[in-house]
Amino acid sequence: MSQSNAVPMLSVSNIESYYGPIIAIRGISLEVPKQRIVAVLGANGAGKTTLLKTISGIMEPEKGAVMLEGQAIGGDEPAAIVRKGVAHVPEGREIFPLLSVRDNLSLGAYTRPAADGIAEDMEMVFGYFPILKERAGQLAGTLSGGQQQMLAIARGMMARPRIMLLDEPSLGLSPLAVKEIFAVIRRLNVEQGVTMMLVEQNARAALELADYGYVLELGRVVMEGSSSRLLSSPDIQEFYLGVKESGQRGQRRWKRRKTWR
Amino acid sequence: MESLQLLVSGLANGCVYGLIALGFVLIYKATEALNFAQGDMMMLGAFVTLGLTNDHYWALPFWVSVPIALLLMGAFGYVLEITLLRRMSGQSQIAVVVLTVALGFIIRFLAGAIWGHEPQSLESPIAGVNVRLSGLVLGLDEVAVILVTIVLTGLLYLGFAHTRLGLAMQATSQNQLAAYYMGIPVKRVSALIWCLSGVVATAAGILLASKGSIDPNSGFLGIKAFAAAVIGGLGSLPGALLGGLVIGVIEPFAARYVAAGFSQVVPYAVLLLVLIIRPSGILSQVRDKKV
Ligand SMILES: Nc1ncnc2c1ncn2[C@@H]1O[C@H](COP(=O)(O)OP(=O)(O)OP(=O)(O)O)[C@@H](O)[C@H]1O
Ligand SMILES: [Mg+2]
Repeated sequence: MSQSNAVPMLSVSNIESYYGPIIAIRGISLEVPKQRIVAVLGANGAGKTTLLKTISGIMEPEKGAVMLEGQAIGGDEPAAIVRKGVAHVPEGREIFPLLSVRDNLSLGAYTRPAADGIAEDMEMVFGYFPILKERAGQLAGTLSGGQQQMLAIARGMMARPRIMLLDEPSLGLSPLAVKEIFAVIRRLNVEQGVTMMLVEQNARAALELADYGYVLELGRVVMEGSSSRLLSSPDIQEFYLGVKESGQRGQRRWKRRKTWR
Repeated sequence: MESLQLLVSGLANGCVYGLIALGFVLIYKATEALNFAQGDMMMLGAFVTLGLTNDHYWALPFWVSVPIALLLMGAFGYVLEITLLRRMSGQSQIAVVVLTVALGFIIRFLAGAIWGHEPQSLESPIAGVNVRLSGLVLGLDEVAVILVTIVLTGLLYLGFAHTRLGLAMQATSQNQLAAYYMGIPVKRVSALIWCLSGVVATAAGILLASKGSIDPNSGFLGIKAFAAAVIGGLGSLPGALLGGLVIGVIEPFAARYVAAGFSQVVPYAVLLLVLIIRPSGILSQVRDKKV
Protein backbone atom coordinates (compact mmCIF):
# COMPACT_ATOMS: atom_id res chain seq x y z
CA MET A 1 0.00 0.00 0.00
CA SER A 2 1.11 3.55 -0.61
CA GLN A 3 1.63 4.38 3.06
CA SER A 4 3.68 1.32 3.80
CA ASN A 5 6.60 3.31 5.23
CA ALA A 6 4.52 5.18 7.78
CA VAL A 7 3.91 3.60 11.19
CA PRO A 8 0.69 1.63 10.88
CA MET A 9 -2.19 2.38 13.23
CA LEU A 10 -2.26 -1.25 14.25
CA SER A 11 0.17 -3.99 13.66
CA VAL A 12 -0.10 -7.52 14.87
CA SER A 13 2.82 -9.86 14.54
CA ASN A 14 2.82 -13.58 14.99
CA ILE A 15 0.16 -13.68 17.66
CA GLU A 16 -1.16 -16.94 19.06
CA SER A 17 -4.23 -17.19 21.29
CA TYR A 18 -5.69 -20.16 23.08
CA TYR A 19 -8.95 -21.13 24.71
CA GLY A 20 -7.51 -23.29 27.46
CA PRO A 21 -5.50 -25.90 25.59
CA ILE A 22 -7.21 -25.21 22.26
CA ILE A 23 -5.31 -22.97 19.89
CA ALA A 24 -7.63 -20.55 18.06
CA ILE A 25 -5.21 -18.33 16.20
CA ARG A 26 -1.82 -19.62 15.22
CA GLY A 27 0.63 -16.96 14.27
CA ILE A 28 -1.31 -14.15 12.64
CA SER A 29 0.50 -11.07 11.37
CA LEU A 30 -1.25 -8.13 9.78
CA GLU A 31 -1.21 -4.37 9.53
CA VAL A 32 -3.88 -1.71 9.47
CA PRO A 33 -2.53 1.57 8.04
CA LYS A 34 -3.76 4.86 9.48
CA GLN A 35 -7.09 6.17 8.22
CA ARG A 36 -7.72 3.08 6.12
CA ILE A 37 -10.34 0.37 6.21
CA VAL A 38 -8.96 -3.14 6.34
CA ALA A 39 -11.20 -6.16 6.04
CA VAL A 40 -10.57 -9.57 7.59
CA LEU A 41 -12.53 -12.35 5.95
CA GLY A 42 -12.99 -15.92 6.99
CA ALA A 43 -15.51 -18.67 7.47
CA ASN A 44 -17.10 -19.67 10.78
CA GLY A 45 -14.49 -20.58 13.32
CA ALA A 46 -11.59 -19.12 11.36
CA GLY A 47 -10.53 -17.10 14.38
CA LYS A 48 -11.76 -13.63 13.42
CA THR A 49 -13.47 -12.87 16.71
CA THR A 50 -10.55 -14.32 18.65
CA LEU A 51 -8.20 -12.04 16.73
CA LEU A 52 -10.23 -8.95 17.66
CA LYS A 53 -10.56 -10.06 21.29
CA THR A 54 -6.82 -10.49 21.45
CA ILE A 55 -6.25 -7.00 20.07
CA SER A 56 -8.68 -5.36 22.50
CA GLY A 57 -7.21 -7.17 25.49
CA ILE A 58 -10.19 -9.39 26.33
CA MET A 59 -7.84 -12.29 25.63
CA GLU A 60 -4.13 -12.31 26.20
CA PRO A 61 -1.92 -13.44 23.35
CA GLU A 62 0.25 -16.38 24.29
CA LYS A 63 2.89 -15.24 21.82
CA GLY A 64 3.49 -12.32 19.50
CA ALA A 65 3.06 -8.56 19.68
CA VAL A 66 0.19 -6.11 19.23
CA MET A 67 1.33 -2.57 18.47
CA LEU A 68 -0.83 0.55 18.36
CA GLU A 69 1.01 3.26 16.42
CA GLY A 70 4.27 1.57 17.31
CA GLN A 71 3.46 1.22 21.01
CA ALA A 72 3.08 -2.29 22.41
CA ILE A 73 -0.39 -2.93 23.88
CA GLY A 74 -0.38 -6.74 23.95
CA GLY A 75 -1.30 -8.01 27.43
CA ASP A 76 -2.68 -4.66 28.65
CA GLU A 77 -6.01 -4.55 30.48
CA PRO A 78 -9.02 -3.92 28.19
CA ALA A 79 -9.69 -0.61 29.95
CA ALA A 80 -6.16 0.61 29.21
CA ILE A 81 -6.51 -0.38 25.57
CA VAL A 82 -9.83 1.47 25.21
CA ARG A 83 -8.19 4.51 26.77
CA LYS A 84 -5.38 4.32 24.21
CA GLY A 85 -7.94 4.59 21.43
CA VAL A 86 -9.17 1.14 20.45
CA ALA A 87 -12.94 0.69 20.33
CA HIS A 88 -14.30 -2.82 19.90
CA VAL A 89 -17.75 -3.15 18.37
CA PRO A 90 -18.42 -6.77 19.24
CA GLU A 91 -20.05 -9.56 17.33
CA GLY A 92 -23.75 -9.74 18.14
CA ARG A 93 -23.82 -6.07 19.22
CA GLU A 94 -23.66 -6.78 22.95
CA ILE A 95 -25.58 -3.68 23.94
CA PHE A 96 -26.91 -3.16 27.47
CA PRO A 97 -30.53 -4.18 26.91
CA LEU A 98 -32.11 -2.72 30.05
CA LEU A 99 -30.42 0.66 29.80
CA SER A 100 -31.59 3.52 27.65
CA VAL A 101 -29.94 4.29 24.33
CA ARG A 102 -28.47 7.42 25.94
CA ASP A 103 -27.01 5.47 28.87
CA ASN A 104 -25.52 2.94 26.47
CA LEU A 105 -23.82 5.80 24.67
CA SER A 106 -22.54 7.32 27.92
CA LEU A 107 -21.01 3.98 28.82
CA GLY A 108 -19.13 4.05 25.53
CA ALA A 109 -17.34 7.11 26.92
CA TYR A 110 -16.72 5.47 30.29
CA THR A 111 -12.94 5.74 30.12
CA ARG A 112 -13.03 9.46 29.34
CA PRO A 113 -13.08 12.26 31.91
CA ALA A 114 -16.53 13.78 32.31
CA ALA A 115 -15.68 17.24 30.94
CA ASP A 116 -14.07 15.89 27.80
CA GLY A 117 -16.69 16.97 25.27
CA ILE A 118 -18.83 13.90 25.77
CA ALA A 119 -22.05 15.84 25.20
CA GLU A 120 -20.71 17.14 21.89
CA ASP A 121 -19.75 13.63 20.85
CA MET A 122 -23.21 12.41 21.66
CA GLU A 123 -24.58 15.03 19.27
CA MET A 124 -21.96 13.92 16.74
CA VAL A 125 -23.11 10.28 16.81
CA PHE A 126 -26.75 11.39 16.73
CA GLY A 127 -25.82 13.23 13.54
CA TYR A 128 -24.70 9.96 11.97
CA PHE A 129 -27.57 7.92 13.40
CA PRO A 130 -30.62 10.21 13.72
CA ILE A 131 -32.83 7.27 14.70
CA LEU A 132 -30.81 6.89 17.90
CA LYS A 133 -31.60 10.48 18.83
CA GLU A 134 -35.28 9.78 18.30
CA ARG A 135 -35.00 6.69 20.52
CA ALA A 136 -32.58 8.17 23.08
CA GLY A 137 -34.84 7.46 26.04
CA GLN A 138 -35.92 4.02 24.93
CA LEU A 139 -34.48 0.81 26.40
CA ALA A 140 -31.78 -0.44 24.07
CA GLY A 141 -33.13 -3.99 24.16
CA THR A 142 -36.30 -2.80 22.43
CA LEU A 143 -34.45 -1.53 19.35
CA SER A 144 -34.51 -3.52 16.11
CA GLY A 145 -31.45 -5.51 15.12
CA GLY A 146 -30.26 -2.87 12.70
CA GLN A 147 -30.78 -0.11 15.23
CA GLN A 148 -28.88 -2.12 17.84
CA GLN A 149 -25.99 -2.43 15.42
CA MET A 150 -26.08 1.33 14.91
CA LEU A 151 -26.07 1.76 18.66
CA ALA A 152 -23.08 -0.57 19.03
CA ILE A 153 -21.14 1.48 16.48
CA ALA A 154 -22.23 4.79 17.97
CA ARG A 155 -21.28 3.54 21.43
CA GLY A 156 -17.87 2.62 20.06
CA MET A 157 -17.49 6.15 18.63
CA MET A 158 -18.16 7.60 22.08
CA ALA A 159 -14.75 6.34 23.15
CA ARG A 160 -13.21 8.71 20.54
CA PRO A 161 -11.24 5.86 19.09
CA ARG A 162 -8.26 6.03 16.81
CA ILE A 163 -9.18 2.62 15.49
CA MET A 164 -12.46 0.77 15.57
CA LEU A 165 -12.62 -3.02 15.49
CA LEU A 166 -15.90 -4.06 13.91
CA ASP A 167 -16.91 -7.71 14.32
CA GLU A 168 -19.45 -8.73 11.67
CA PRO A 169 -21.60 -5.60 11.71
CA SER A 170 -23.69 -7.06 8.87
CA LEU A 171 -24.68 -10.15 10.87
CA GLY A 172 -28.40 -10.82 10.58
CA LEU A 173 -29.24 -7.55 8.85
CA SER A 174 -31.20 -6.97 5.67
CA PRO A 175 -29.19 -5.99 2.58
CA LEU A 176 -30.61 -2.49 2.86
CA ALA A 177 -29.58 -2.12 6.49
CA VAL A 178 -26.11 -3.43 5.64
CA LYS A 179 -25.80 -0.81 2.95
CA GLU A 180 -26.85 1.93 5.34
CA ILE A 181 -24.47 0.85 8.07
CA PHE A 182 -21.52 0.35 5.77
CA ALA A 183 -22.12 3.82 4.35
CA VAL A 184 -21.86 5.28 7.84
CA ILE A 185 -18.70 3.28 8.53
CA ARG A 186 -17.17 4.84 5.44
CA ARG A 187 -18.28 8.34 6.52
CA LEU A 188 -16.86 7.86 10.01
CA ASN A 189 -13.62 6.75 8.42
CA VAL A 190 -13.42 9.75 6.10
CA GLU A 191 -15.00 12.48 8.23
CA GLN A 192 -13.86 11.49 11.70
CA GLY A 193 -10.57 9.95 10.63
CA VAL A 194 -11.20 6.68 12.42
CA THR A 195 -9.18 3.75 11.14
CA MET A 196 -11.39 0.71 10.65
CA MET A 197 -10.65 -2.98 11.00
CA LEU A 198 -13.66 -4.80 9.68
CA VAL A 199 -14.24 -8.50 10.28
CA GLU A 200 -16.83 -9.96 7.95
CA GLN A 201 -18.28 -13.07 6.40
CA ASN A 202 -20.10 -10.87 3.94
CA ALA A 203 -17.01 -10.72 1.78
CA ARG A 204 -18.42 -8.70 -1.07
CA ALA A 205 -19.78 -5.88 1.05
CA ALA A 206 -16.60 -5.83 3.11
CA LEU A 207 -14.24 -5.72 0.15
CA GLU A 208 -16.30 -3.05 -1.56
CA LEU A 209 -15.84 -0.92 1.54
CA ALA A 210 -12.26 -1.79 2.46
CA ASP A 211 -8.96 -0.77 0.91
CA TYR A 212 -7.19 -3.97 1.75
CA GLY A 213 -8.15 -7.44 2.93
CA TYR A 214 -6.84 -10.49 4.70
CA VAL A 215 -8.33 -13.97 4.53
CA LEU A 216 -8.16 -16.14 7.62
CA GLU A 217 -8.55 -19.85 7.70
CA LEU A 218 -8.14 -22.09 10.74
CA GLY A 219 -6.35 -19.38 12.65
CA ARG A 220 -3.90 -18.38 9.92
CA VAL A 221 -3.70 -15.70 7.26
CA VAL A 222 -3.92 -17.59 3.99
CA MET A 223 -4.25 -14.69 1.60
CA GLU A 224 -3.98 -10.92 1.54
CA GLY A 225 -4.17 -8.17 -0.99
CA SER A 226 -5.85 -4.99 -2.07
CA SER A 227 -9.61 -5.21 -2.18
CA SER A 228 -9.74 -5.06 -5.95
CA ARG A 229 -7.24 -7.87 -6.20
CA LEU A 230 -9.13 -10.03 -3.77
CA LEU A 231 -12.44 -9.28 -5.44
CA SER A 232 -11.06 -10.54 -8.73
CA SER A 233 -9.27 -13.55 -7.30
CA PRO A 234 -10.89 -16.81 -8.46
CA ASP A 235 -10.43 -18.40 -5.03
CA ILE A 236 -12.16 -15.58 -3.27
CA GLN A 237 -14.87 -15.51 -5.89
CA GLU A 238 -15.57 -19.15 -5.49
CA PHE A 239 -15.27 -19.63 -1.75
CA TYR A 240 -16.36 -16.27 -0.38
CA LEU A 241 -18.38 -14.51 -3.04
CA GLY A 242 -20.36 -17.51 -4.16
CA VAL A 243 -19.55 -17.01 -7.82
CA LYS A 244 -20.00 -20.35 -9.53
CA GLU A 245 -18.07 -21.22 -12.63
CA SER A 246 -20.14 -22.61 -15.43
CA GLY A 247 -19.76 -26.17 -16.67
CA GLN A 248 -17.95 -29.15 -15.21
CA ARG A 249 -18.68 -27.72 -11.82
CA GLY A 250 -17.84 -30.65 -9.62
CA GLN A 251 -14.51 -31.22 -11.23
CA ARG A 252 -13.47 -27.59 -11.46
CA ARG A 253 -14.42 -27.10 -7.90
CA TRP A 254 -12.29 -29.94 -6.77
CA LYS A 255 -9.34 -28.59 -8.71
CA ARG A 256 -9.90 -25.07 -7.53
CA ARG A 257 -10.02 -26.07 -3.94
CA LYS A 258 -7.76 -23.84 -1.90
CA THR A 259 -4.92 -23.12 -4.20
CA TRP A 260 -3.49 -20.87 -1.53
CA ARG A 261 -2.42 -23.81 0.54
CA MET B 1 -57.07 -2.96 63.64
CA GLU B 2 -55.38 -6.17 64.50
CA SER B 3 -54.72 -7.01 60.90
CA LEU B 4 -53.20 -3.58 60.40
CA GLN B 5 -50.80 -4.33 63.23
CA LEU B 6 -49.99 -7.67 61.69
CA LEU B 7 -49.44 -5.95 58.38
CA VAL B 8 -47.01 -3.41 59.80
CA SER B 9 -45.03 -5.99 61.67
CA GLY B 10 -45.01 -8.22 58.59
CA LEU B 11 -43.83 -5.36 56.42
CA ALA B 12 -41.05 -4.61 58.88
CA ASN B 13 -39.83 -8.20 58.83
CA GLY B 14 -40.26 -8.20 55.07
CA CYS B 15 -38.00 -5.16 54.80
CA VAL B 16 -35.23 -7.06 56.54
CA TYR B 17 -35.69 -10.08 54.26
CA GLY B 18 -35.90 -7.76 51.30
CA LEU B 19 -32.65 -5.99 52.16
CA ILE B 20 -30.82 -9.30 52.56
CA ALA B 21 -32.31 -10.47 49.27
CA LEU B 22 -31.24 -7.18 47.68
CA GLY B 23 -27.62 -7.82 48.61
CA PHE B 24 -27.95 -11.35 47.32
CA VAL B 25 -29.37 -10.24 43.97
CA LEU B 26 -26.82 -7.42 43.62
CA ILE B 27 -24.02 -9.94 43.74
CA TYR B 28 -25.82 -12.49 41.62
CA LYS B 29 -26.56 -10.02 38.85
CA ALA B 30 -23.14 -8.45 38.67
CA THR B 31 -20.95 -11.49 39.21
CA GLU B 32 -23.24 -14.50 38.77
CA ALA B 33 -22.18 -15.77 42.19
CA LEU B 34 -24.86 -17.10 44.54
CA ASN B 35 -23.77 -15.81 47.93
CA PHE B 36 -25.24 -18.12 50.53
CA ALA B 37 -23.33 -16.23 53.22
CA GLN B 38 -25.48 -13.12 52.69
CA GLY B 39 -27.57 -13.87 55.79
CA ASP B 40 -24.42 -14.43 57.81
CA MET B 41 -23.00 -11.14 56.62
CA MET B 42 -26.21 -9.55 57.88
CA MET B 43 -25.69 -11.27 61.25
CA LEU B 44 -22.04 -10.26 61.39
CA GLY B 45 -22.90 -6.65 60.57
CA ALA B 46 -25.44 -6.63 63.39
CA PHE B 47 -22.90 -8.05 65.84
CA VAL B 48 -20.21 -5.60 64.79
CA THR B 49 -22.61 -2.71 65.44
CA LEU B 50 -23.70 -4.26 68.70
CA GLY B 51 -20.10 -4.81 69.74
CA LEU B 52 -19.36 -1.16 69.10
CA THR B 53 -22.37 0.40 70.73
CA ASN B 54 -23.80 -1.87 73.45
CA ASP B 55 -22.95 -0.87 77.00
CA HIS B 56 -21.17 -4.01 78.06
CA TYR B 57 -18.97 -3.92 74.96
CA TRP B 58 -17.41 -0.69 73.63
CA ALA B 59 -20.32 1.59 74.48
CA LEU B 60 -19.73 4.00 71.61
CA PRO B 61 -22.64 6.29 70.69
CA PHE B 62 -25.12 4.61 68.33
CA TRP B 63 -24.69 7.20 65.60
CA VAL B 64 -20.93 6.73 65.67
CA SER B 65 -21.13 2.95 65.71
CA VAL B 66 -23.44 2.65 62.71
CA PRO B 67 -21.18 4.34 60.15
CA ILE B 68 -18.13 2.50 61.49
CA ALA B 69 -19.94 -0.83 61.21
CA LEU B 70 -21.16 -0.04 57.69
CA LEU B 71 -17.63 0.91 56.71
CA LEU B 72 -16.06 -2.18 58.27
CA MET B 73 -18.57 -4.51 56.66
CA GLY B 74 -18.21 -2.78 53.32
CA ALA B 75 -14.48 -3.35 53.56
CA PHE B 76 -15.14 -6.94 54.58
CA GLY B 77 -17.22 -7.52 51.43
CA TYR B 78 -14.60 -5.83 49.27
CA VAL B 79 -11.78 -7.93 50.70
CA LEU B 80 -13.81 -11.13 50.34
CA GLU B 81 -14.16 -10.42 46.65
CA ILE B 82 -10.54 -9.61 45.95
CA THR B 83 -9.11 -12.45 48.05
CA LEU B 84 -11.56 -15.30 47.51
CA LEU B 85 -14.29 -14.77 44.96
CA ARG B 86 -12.04 -13.35 42.27
CA ARG B 87 -9.99 -16.53 42.30
CA MET B 88 -13.13 -18.51 41.58
CA SER B 89 -13.73 -16.97 38.18
CA GLY B 90 -13.88 -19.71 35.62
CA GLN B 91 -14.95 -22.24 38.26
CA SER B 92 -18.40 -23.78 38.27
CA GLN B 93 -21.24 -22.05 40.07
CA ILE B 94 -21.41 -24.99 42.48
CA ALA B 95 -17.84 -24.30 43.56
CA VAL B 96 -18.83 -20.73 44.40
CA VAL B 97 -21.89 -21.95 46.31
CA VAL B 98 -19.73 -24.34 48.35
CA LEU B 99 -17.30 -21.53 49.05
CA THR B 100 -20.00 -19.16 50.30
CA VAL B 101 -21.69 -21.85 52.38
CA ALA B 102 -18.33 -22.55 54.02
CA LEU B 103 -17.86 -18.83 54.50
CA GLY B 104 -21.20 -18.74 56.32
CA PHE B 105 -20.01 -21.47 58.70
CA ILE B 106 -16.83 -19.55 59.43
CA ILE B 107 -18.71 -16.29 60.08
CA ARG B 108 -21.15 -18.07 62.44
CA PHE B 109 -18.26 -19.71 64.27
CA LEU B 110 -16.40 -16.41 64.64
CA ALA B 111 -19.48 -14.53 65.80
CA GLY B 112 -20.19 -17.22 68.40
CA ALA B 113 -16.61 -17.15 69.61
CA ILE B 114 -16.54 -13.36 69.95
CA TRP B 115 -20.05 -12.47 71.06
CA GLY B 116 -21.39 -15.74 72.46
CA HIS B 117 -24.45 -17.74 71.47
CA GLU B 118 -27.12 -15.97 73.52
CA PRO B 119 -29.59 -13.78 71.64
CA GLN B 120 -28.77 -10.09 72.15
CA SER B 121 -30.54 -6.89 71.23
CA LEU B 122 -28.94 -3.85 69.77
CA GLU B 123 -29.21 -0.85 72.07
CA SER B 124 -30.55 1.50 69.47
CA PRO B 125 -32.69 4.63 69.81
CA ILE B 126 -35.58 2.94 68.06
CA ALA B 127 -35.64 -0.24 70.11
CA GLY B 128 -38.66 -0.98 72.28
CA VAL B 129 -40.49 2.34 71.85
CA ASN B 130 -44.16 2.21 70.95
CA VAL B 131 -46.17 4.88 69.25
CA ARG B 132 -49.89 5.14 69.80
CA LEU B 133 -51.80 6.13 66.71
CA SER B 134 -55.57 6.50 67.22
CA GLY B 135 -55.97 3.29 69.17
CA LEU B 136 -53.35 1.51 67.15
CA VAL B 137 -50.18 0.48 68.92
CA LEU B 138 -47.26 0.35 66.52
CA GLY B 139 -43.70 -0.41 67.46
CA LEU B 140 -41.56 2.61 66.61
CA ASP B 141 -38.90 0.09 65.69
CA GLU B 142 -41.17 -1.43 63.07
CA VAL B 143 -42.12 1.92 61.60
CA ALA B 144 -38.46 2.94 61.63
CA VAL B 145 -37.46 -0.25 59.82
CA ILE B 146 -39.95 0.49 57.07
CA LEU B 147 -38.88 4.12 56.76
CA VAL B 148 -35.18 3.31 56.74
CA THR B 149 -35.73 0.68 54.08
CA ILE B 150 -37.64 3.13 51.92
CA VAL B 151 -34.89 5.74 52.23
CA LEU B 152 -32.13 3.22 51.63
CA THR B 153 -33.70 1.73 48.53
CA GLY B 154 -34.43 5.24 47.26
CA LEU B 155 -30.77 6.15 47.65
CA LEU B 156 -29.70 2.94 45.96
CA TYR B 157 -32.06 3.63 43.10
CA LEU B 158 -30.71 7.16 42.62
CA GLY B 159 -27.16 5.88 42.86
CA PHE B 160 -27.72 3.22 40.23
CA ALA B 161 -29.61 5.44 37.84
CA HIS B 162 -27.66 8.67 38.09
CA THR B 163 -24.03 8.07 38.94
CA ARG B 164 -21.23 6.93 36.70
CA LEU B 165 -20.35 4.08 39.04
CA GLY B 166 -23.99 3.05 39.35
CA LEU B 167 -24.33 2.95 35.59
CA ALA B 168 -21.15 0.88 35.39
CA MET B 169 -22.60 -1.53 37.97
CA GLN B 170 -25.80 -1.88 35.97
CA ALA B 171 -23.83 -2.39 32.77
CA THR B 172 -21.67 -5.05 34.40
CA SER B 173 -24.71 -6.95 35.60
CA GLN B 174 -26.51 -6.73 32.27
CA ASN B 175 -23.62 -7.73 30.05
CA GLN B 176 -20.27 -8.37 31.63
CA LEU B 177 -18.45 -8.95 28.38
CA ALA B 178 -19.70 -5.68 26.91
CA ALA B 179 -18.66 -3.93 30.12
CA TYR B 180 -15.11 -5.11 29.45
CA TYR B 181 -15.38 -3.80 25.89
CA MET B 182 -16.36 -0.38 27.21
CA GLY B 183 -13.26 -0.27 29.37
CA ILE B 184 -15.23 -0.57 32.60
CA PRO B 185 -12.90 -2.02 35.25
CA VAL B 186 -15.16 -5.03 35.76
CA LYS B 187 -13.06 -6.58 38.52
CA ARG B 188 -13.09 -3.42 40.60
CA VAL B 189 -16.81 -3.02 40.00
CA SER B 190 -17.36 -6.58 41.24
CA ALA B 191 -15.40 -5.83 44.40
CA LEU B 192 -17.45 -2.67 44.92
CA ILE B 193 -20.65 -4.69 44.47
CA TRP B 194 -19.52 -7.00 47.27
CA CYS B 195 -18.71 -3.93 49.32
CA LEU B 196 -22.16 -2.48 48.72
CA SER B 197 -23.73 -5.81 49.46
CA GLY B 198 -21.91 -5.94 52.79
CA VAL B 199 -23.21 -2.47 53.60
CA VAL B 200 -26.80 -3.37 52.72
CA ALA B 201 -26.56 -6.60 54.73
CA THR B 202 -25.32 -4.62 57.71
CA ALA B 203 -28.20 -2.17 57.42
CA ALA B 204 -30.56 -5.16 57.46
CA GLY B 205 -28.75 -6.58 60.48
CA ILE B 206 -28.95 -3.30 62.39
CA LEU B 207 -32.68 -3.07 61.73
CA LEU B 208 -33.26 -6.68 62.72
CA ALA B 209 -31.24 -6.42 65.91
CA SER B 210 -32.97 -3.16 66.86
CA LYS B 211 -36.47 -4.52 66.65
CA GLY B 212 -35.68 -7.95 68.02
CA SER B 213 -32.51 -9.80 68.82
CA ILE B 214 -29.76 -11.63 67.04
CA ASP B 215 -27.60 -14.62 67.71
CA PRO B 216 -25.02 -16.35 65.51
CA ASN B 217 -27.73 -18.48 63.91
CA SER B 218 -29.76 -15.46 62.78
CA GLY B 219 -27.92 -15.75 59.50
CA PHE B 220 -30.30 -18.55 58.59
CA LEU B 221 -32.81 -15.81 57.83
CA GLY B 222 -30.78 -15.70 54.64
CA ILE B 223 -32.74 -18.76 53.50
CA LYS B 224 -35.95 -16.75 53.64
CA ALA B 225 -34.19 -13.93 51.84
CA PHE B 226 -33.08 -16.36 49.18
CA ALA B 227 -36.68 -17.50 48.81
CA ALA B 228 -37.63 -13.83 48.56
CA ALA B 229 -35.08 -13.31 45.81
CA VAL B 230 -36.38 -16.31 43.89
CA ILE B 231 -39.99 -15.18 44.26
CA GLY B 232 -38.90 -11.81 42.97
CA GLY B 233 -37.27 -13.38 39.96
CA LEU B 234 -33.64 -13.64 41.10
CA GLY B 235 -32.58 -11.00 38.64
CA SER B 236 -34.40 -7.91 39.72
CA LEU B 237 -33.65 -5.59 42.60
CA PRO B 238 -37.23 -4.34 43.03
CA GLY B 239 -38.29 -7.98 42.75
CA ALA B 240 -36.02 -8.93 45.64
CA LEU B 241 -37.56 -6.28 47.86
CA LEU B 242 -41.06 -7.23 46.81
CA GLY B 243 -40.35 -10.90 47.44
CA GLY B 244 -39.08 -10.02 50.90
CA LEU B 245 -42.22 -8.03 51.65
CA VAL B 246 -44.45 -10.86 50.42
CA ILE B 247 -42.78 -13.40 52.69
CA GLY B 248 -42.68 -10.94 55.57
CA VAL B 249 -46.40 -10.18 55.32
CA ILE B 250 -47.44 -13.80 54.85
CA GLU B 251 -45.66 -14.94 58.01
CA PRO B 252 -47.63 -13.13 60.74
CA PHE B 253 -50.95 -13.79 59.01
CA ALA B 254 -50.08 -17.45 58.64
CA ALA B 255 -49.07 -17.59 62.29
CA ARG B 256 -52.40 -16.00 63.23
CA TYR B 257 -54.75 -17.93 60.99
CA VAL B 258 -53.02 -21.21 60.08
CA ALA B 259 -52.76 -24.13 62.48
CA ALA B 260 -49.62 -24.01 64.58
CA GLY B 261 -46.92 -26.17 63.11
CA PHE B 262 -48.01 -25.41 59.57
CA SER B 263 -47.62 -21.68 59.68
CA GLN B 264 -43.84 -21.71 59.25
CA VAL B 265 -44.24 -23.71 56.06
CA VAL B 266 -46.51 -21.19 54.39
CA PRO B 267 -43.80 -18.89 52.98
CA TYR B 268 -42.14 -21.87 51.32
CA ALA B 269 -45.45 -23.12 50.02
CA VAL B 270 -45.83 -19.71 48.41
CA LEU B 271 -42.34 -20.05 47.00
CA LEU B 272 -43.28 -23.38 45.42
CA LEU B 273 -46.50 -21.93 44.11
CA VAL B 274 -44.65 -19.04 42.47
CA LEU B 275 -42.16 -21.45 40.96
CA ILE B 276 -44.98 -23.53 39.52
CA ILE B 277 -47.10 -20.66 38.24
CA ARG B 278 -44.35 -18.40 37.01
CA PRO B 279 -41.32 -20.54 36.33
CA SER B 280 -40.63 -18.62 33.15
CA GLY B 281 -39.54 -15.56 35.04
CA ILE B 282 -36.87 -17.47 36.83
CA LEU B 283 -35.90 -19.77 34.02
CA SER B 284 -35.56 -16.95 31.54
CA GLN B 285 -33.06 -15.26 33.81
CA VAL B 286 -31.04 -18.44 33.88
CA ARG B 287 -31.29 -18.88 30.14
CA ASP B 288 -30.16 -15.33 29.47
CA LYS B 289 -26.92 -15.89 31.33
CA LYS B 290 -23.98 -16.40 29.07
CA VAL B 291 -21.83 -19.35 30.05
N1 LIG C 1 -14.96 -19.69 24.41
C1 LIG C 1 -14.36 -20.59 23.62
N2 LIG C 1 -13.88 -21.75 24.13
C2 LIG C 1 -13.26 -22.66 23.35
N3 LIG C 1 -13.07 -22.52 22.04
C3 LIG C 1 -13.53 -21.40 21.46
C4 LIG C 1 -14.19 -20.39 22.21
N4 LIG C 1 -14.54 -19.37 21.39
C5 LIG C 1 -14.10 -19.76 20.16
N5 LIG C 1 -13.50 -20.96 20.21
C6 LIG C 1 -12.89 -21.69 19.08
O1 LIG C 1 -11.88 -20.88 18.50
C7 LIG C 1 -11.95 -20.94 17.09
C8 LIG C 1 -12.08 -19.54 16.52
O2 LIG C 1 -13.33 -18.98 16.94
P1 LIG C 1 -13.78 -17.51 16.59
O3 LIG C 1 -14.97 -17.20 17.41
O4 LIG C 1 -12.61 -16.62 16.71
O5 LIG C 1 -14.19 -17.68 15.08
P2 LIG C 1 -14.83 -16.62 14.09
O6 LIG C 1 -13.93 -16.54 12.91
O7 LIG C 1 -15.13 -15.36 14.78
O8 LIG C 1 -16.16 -17.36 13.67
P3 LIG C 1 -17.62 -16.76 13.35
O9 LIG C 1 -17.59 -16.27 11.95
O10 LIG C 1 -18.51 -17.94 13.50
O11 LIG C 1 -17.89 -15.68 14.34
C9 LIG C 1 -13.11 -21.84 16.75
O12 LIG C 1 -12.59 -23.11 16.43
C10 LIG C 1 -13.93 -21.91 18.00
O13 LIG C 1 -14.52 -23.17 18.14
MG1 LIG D 1 -16.80 -14.37 15.20
